[in-house]
Amino acid sequence: MKLEILHELNAERAGRRPVILVTDTESGEQRLVKAKDFARDPLRTELEKQLRMGRSASVEAGGKKLFLNVYAPTAKLVIVGAVHISQALAPLARSLGYDVTVVDPRTAFASPERFPDIPLIAEWPDTALPPLNVDAYTAFVAVTHDPKIDDPALLHAFERNCFYIGALGSRKTHAKRGDRLRAQGAKESDIARIHAPIGLPIGAVSPSEIAVAIMAEITAALRLPPKEKEEAA
Amino acid sequence: MLDRDEDILKAAEDWQKAGRGVALATVVETWGSAPRPAGSSLVINDEGTFLGSVSGGCVEGAVVTEAMDVIQSGKPRMLEFGVADETAWNVGLSCGGTIRVFVEKVG
Repeated sequence: MKLEILHELNAERAGRRPVILVTDTESGEQRLVKAKDFARDPLRTELEKQLRMGRSASVEAGGKKLFLNVYAPTAKLVIVGAVHISQALAPLARSLGYDVTVVDPRTAFASPERFPDIPLIAEWPDTALPPLNVDAYTAFVAVTHDPKIDDPALLHAFERNCFYIGALGSRKTHAKRGDRLRAQGAKESDIARIHAPIGLPIGAVSPSEIAVAIMAEITAALRLPPKEKEEAA
Repeated sequence: MLDRDEDILKAAEDWQKAGRGVALATVVETWGSAPRPAGSSLVINDEGTFLGSVSGGCVEGAVVTEAMDVIQSGKPRMLEFGVADETAWNVGLSCGGTIRVFVEKVG
């Protein structure tokens, strides 16, 4: 691998921009393709498919054996609400490879004793969220049950096009939340993106079980192609 | 996903810039119950220090040895390890899978 390619690859990864390294495994020739350039690439179908699956693979194209090495950004999980569920959710998400941050302005909740080793921000969402660079590789959950905290957080998540947005609360609670968010200018399509009640329906009761249900739903959102995603929901 | 490949690639760049000979080994194909998916990588320097994994420990020793040659020659090579391959059996890929590993020099 040429040093220029390695340098560019590391820069793209640091900037959380997805890239695929295409290697001719016979000649050793390589090129780096940025996701924004996929559309005009001769391999676009393969590139798009592999990026969506987050999976590297060998393909044959134009009589060449090519290896597509996918470098998707590390997924992030932003948890708004330093509640009991979050205490189970944060370490579970981390074991699945997510960079986890917990946000809650209530210092009694957002304490290092309750969240050992997890980055914690004891600020309101308006202050805490912008520096986190929430992006399309971020899963976002709002679990405080307090509209003053959850609502502005959700509005931020809509703006940043998170790949998953979930919020705690029954259908009834969620209907009220929809009304409030609409009143604050949220689009119908944004509100429809919220997974609520949060998590796959697996009969979860304890905070740890709810954490499993949430992470299962986030995994499906990250990995399944759009059609299968609808069927799983 | 617990491994952070970016740290591995960062190390590759840092080692290279510090004047070390560096090779990168990447799993490019797997069959059967291979321990690490395609794209998993191992970076090796000319002191034999390595980071990452291509098999979870089964064949790393052999890959490091091959990587030393690649650092010397500059020519990439493809390695294959599997249960049908006696060499691979000797180095211990006993988990039932087959993997192909592409080894290339960095820089």
